[in-house]
Amino acid sequence: MRKLGRIVAGASALVLAGTLGACSADDGVPTLTWYINPDDGGQAEIAASCTEAADGAYRIETSLLPRDAASQREQLARRLAASDRSLDIMSLDPPFIPELAEPGFLAPVPDDLQNTDGIVEGAVQSASWNGELVTVPFWANTQLLWYRKSVAEAAGLDMTQPVTWDQIMQAAEDQNKQLGVQGALAESLTVWINALVASGGGKILEDPEAKPDEMQLGLESDAGKKAAEIIGRIGSSGLGGAGLPTADENASMNLFQGDNGSFMVNWPFVYPAMQGAAPDVVEDLGWAVYPRVDAGTPAAPPVGGINLGVGAYSEHVDLAWQAVQCIVTPENQAQYFVTNGNPPSNLAAYDDAEVTEKFPMADTIAESLQLGAPRPQTPYYNEISIGLQRTWHPPNAVNPDTTPQSSTDFILAVLRGERLL
Amino acid sequence: MTDTTVTRATRREEPEAPKKKRRSDRARAEARLGWMLAGPAFGIMLLVTLYPIVQALWDSLFSLRLTAPDDREFIWFRNYQVILGDPAFWQSMGVTLFITVVTVLLELIIGFGFALVMHRAIKKLRGFARTAILVPYGIITVVSAFAFFYAFDINSGGYVNSWLSWIPGFDENLNWFAYQGTSLTVIILSEVWKTTPFISLLLLSGLAQVPGDLEEAAKVDGATGWEVLRRVILPNMKAAIMVAVLFRTLEAFRIFDNIFIMTAGANDTEALSLLAYNTSIGRLEIGLGSAISVLLFLSVLIIAGIFIKGFKVDLSAGKNS
Repeated sequence: MRKLGRIVAGASALVLAGTLGACSADDGVPTLTWYINPDDGGQAEIAASCTEAADGAYRIETSLLPRDAASQREQLARRLAASDRSLDIMSLDPPFIPELAEPGFLAPVPDDLQNTDGIVEGAVQSASWNGELVTVPFWANTQLLWYRKSVAEAAGLDMTQPVTWDQIMQAAEDQNKQLGVQGALAESLTVWINALVASGGGKILEDPEAKPDEMQLGLESDAGKKAAEIIGRIGSSGLGGAGLPTADENASMNLFQGDNGSFMVNWPFVYPAMQGAAPDVVEDLGWAVYPRVDAGTPAAPPVGGINLGVGAYSEHVDLAWQAVQCIVTPENQAQYFVTNGNPPSNLAAYDDAEVTEKFPMADTIAESLQLGAPRPQTPYYNEISIGLQRTWHPPNAVNPDTTPQSSTDFILAVLRGERLL
Repeated sequence: MTDTTVTRATRREEPEAPKKKRRSDRARAEARLGWMLAGPAFGIMLLVTLYPIVQALWDSLFSLRLTAPDDREFIWFRNYQVILGDPAFWQSMGVTLFITVVTVLLELIIGFGFALVMHRAIKKLRGFARTAILVPYGIITVVSAFAFFYAFDINSGGYVNSWLSWIPGFDENLNWFAYQGTSLTVIILSEVWKTTPFISLLLLSGLAQVPGDLEEAAKVDGATGWEVLRRVILPNMKAAIMVAVLFRTLEAFRIFDNIFIMTAGANDTEALSLLAYNTSIGRLEIGLGSAISVLLFLSVLIIAGIFIKGFKVDLSAGKNS
């Protein structure tokens, strides 16, 4: 009997301890879950500092999303479609925002966060849908033209002036060098096509807000044909190297670091990466705004980054927006740039002394972001992007006379539900 | 030891004789207890397997996109019409069948060789031979797919090209994952490497069933090794071969991981399961994706039906009927 009593007492103590433990964790402070894309720990640091700054109003916990943007979209879309209440704050890749905004999965952005003064143009466009800001720009990314000073010099190119694709292709060809571009069947190929078409004065999608049945593509234009000509030439001439059909951003960087490197279009992450891997290349490294298609038309560099949205089914929408306000301060953006290499969307952050010291190309990044051309903002972006990849791959098979036409026919048939993707 | 074997053997024969007799109260109580114990698990299994199939069948009749829930529309069999009329589906079907036939054939030949090695290996080496042959099967498919990808991918320092550079005419810059033929070669290689042990294990059990006296009798009658294999060993392990081929065919037909990791369907290497995944999960087109899954399921049923009926193999008996 005494033994039984001891067991009961022990069990009660355990239950009590469990309850007390739960009390200490659940101190009445609402917990906001921030679904973040993988980084070098910068978002977790910001979450901690904003939790501290909130002084007990809320606590931010981070939850990691998959590595690639497409998988992030899949997980978020599935959770939102199931009215998941745990989605308080979300780090969102810009091209997929309209798809989540259209069915009402995102909570409206409050008035005090609608002010876009000082935020780079490309980021504002990518954060909007139907002419309204539906997410808040956090950091903005853009591709630059990276070059070997020695190669550009040997080709007689003045890199202080804008250069064209024809010029860099010719320079690489003349010196038996290769170009770092992304030709893999992946989102990076869409990024490249979009930049080329936009820089040629065209648009992939004429009216992004149109219904799928009424959509019109702008690929069968001079801009679309010129884009196909550039990709086809790089693919068939061997300028992109043997690895081009499977080359992603890292592969381009490896090619650029190698003996045959000349020019490369890539995101700024390559700078800190090359500093560690190839310091001798960094000594010969130059950077400029993305190449133009026509000498007389401005470049339209790719724009990426991350915007912050709040889930429509969150139990703490107001607190989540307060937290977003804290996360996107220029100070946090500058800190995030310095520690994680992701450029700010707020121009004020570029004045930070540490930023300019660590990223000497910060001004070029800011200039590029102002010129940037976002990918088509439509709820059907995924179909358009994968449709482009299917029809413009491999690069050596891209033909200006046939690819834009077949690509248009295929994508429109997919959008009408007549073809599989 | 011998007693136990005899008892088990006797019990196995029991159902034939006492079937017509009225069961005793104890036997009925035991049967009831058996149902009470196994019934819930049986019910749950039925729910777990049937529910998704019925749900997929129902969803396949809708035009339904996860991110456009308000546009849900009942469209009868239009999804099937679109799929069956699309060259992309037949392309995927062709790739899937090609991979299935080639991998199963290769695995059957290599697997039989391995089974013979395991069967005939001298006692001291038997354990080692079996372990060595079975190791690849213990590796997760995704892991082996990554291993093959990194071995062949020239962008991330693949080393296979340098191994093959001595072959006259071989281009050391060959990008294996840039063309359909070479991509499929690597995919099939990795599949064969990973699952041949499985087939060899099943064939080994078949080899063990071949009566030794028959082999000896054939040898005494002057049969050559090849004749013993063709006339004695193979006919006696027909059931084991059929079970191995059926299992592997069904598994190979659902191939996903290797292609997903190595090419993601580029260069026309998309198999049916990847097409279903890309449509349901990638495009969030639940209706269309469910219809592809249903067609995939039907294909698997047809293959199983052809094997069981066509080759007259009674799987429950484990021998030719």
